[in-house]
Amino acid sequence: MVDVKNISVDHIWNMLKDVPDPEVPVLTVQDLGIIRDIHLRDEVVEVVITPTYSGCPAMDMIAANIRFVLLENGFKNIQITTVLSPAWTTDWMSEEGKEKLKAYGIAPPNPRQQVCNNELFAPHEVVQCPRCNSYHTHRVSEFGSTACKALYQCDECSEPFDYFKCH
Amino acid sequence: MTSSLINYTLHLADNSLVLGHRNSEWCGHGPVLEQDIAITNISLDLIGQARNFYQYAALLTNKENEINITEDSFAYFRNSEEFKNILLVELPKGDWAQTILRQFLFSCWQNLLFEKLSASNDQQIAAIATKSLKEIAYHLRWSSEWVIRLGDGTQESHMRMENAINELWSYTEEFFVPATYEMEILNNGVGTDVSLLKAGWMQNVGKVFSEAGLTIPSLTTIYTGGKEGRHTEHMHQLLSELQSVARAHPTATW
Repeated sequence: MVDVKNISVDHIWNMLKDVPDPEVPVLTVQDLGIIRDIHLRDEVVEVVITPTYSGCPAMDMIAANIRFVLLENGFKNIQITTVLSPAWTTDWMSEEGKEKLKAYGIAPPNPRQQVCNNELFAPHEVVQCPRCNSYHTHRVSEFGSTACKALYQCDECSEPFDYFKCH
Repeated sequence: MTSSLINYTLHLADNSLVLGHRNSEWCGHGPVLEQDIAITNISLDLIGQARNFYQYAALLTNKENEINITEDSFAYFRNSEEFKNILLVELPKGDWAQTILRQFLFSCWQNLLFEKLSASNDQQIAAIATKSLKEIAYHLRWSSEWVIRLGDGTQESHMRMENAINELWSYTEEFFVPATYEMEILNNGVGTDVSLLKAGWMQNVGKVFSEAGLTIPSLTTIYTGGKEGRHTEHMHQLLSELQSVARAHPTATW
């Protein structure tokens, strides 16, 4: 429990640093860049969040988890605001987040400029296998187990894996 | 102005919800696992767009009338004549060719429309459109590739695409016929003149069709009215399924 009268915004960022993403629990919502801003006015704390995809079903859970951590730390007046603009991009994912993803077995997003290609039947993005590091992989499906992932398979070690697609 | 803005927002929401629902009927029934996942992912994006628009419509309605309704009030507790989606999206899913073609025709239109809306004077509509465009890019590429694959595939798949075109083409003109509320908000710089989207749409559809070995048919019959709440009989059946749980347990939460 902290004294909410004498707390700084930096301290609140730190308080929320371990809130996990419910669908990719190895990542925190800060790794993903979902928390956009934190405001503090007269003991009212406002946390501004943005969804990854329009239909991301995890947003309510994320908002609830943030609220829970703040309640635990003594805040009573909590406001969670969702903003859509600017639209979320994988460019906001932290380097630490990308490393954690890879260690977890999910290939992290490539830099965005590589994939802004809307041509039909364009060659698939080259993605490194998170298991054996080979670039000799192929895309199985552009759509995967969640909106933010595509399905790939490694041609060297045969490992099927998720790729956190660049967005 | 506010009531036409609410109607327009609902029109955008209803298009996405109803098509999202139709696509979701493939869940567990797709021709192969990867494409089952693809079409249901597209459903999720569309339903997400719909939620964003419904939440905005609820905000505007509550401000106007000092009541307290939510996105669910619009999705689950309106009757078919209150829905403002275009007719194309409510038609049964048909076979895979028909589902693919509808998604392609719709995404092609939505892409052009949302590009315009991303510069709307209404900041929330612009924000939803900009966010959605990133997802629409996937939908458009995926459905375009499938139109080509099927049109330029086997005799059977080509025939099915031709049947789908004959079935759906008469419903596409509604994209470009503005409803009363669309004309009303045009002056405020919120929406866009949909009749002007037709040339670009025809060009983009024509490009993919020619690669698929398919031809754009001549327009003989035109079906419109969905935007103004005049729906086909399929809409009742769709809503009775979509709304059944919410209406049976109106106060349930989870």
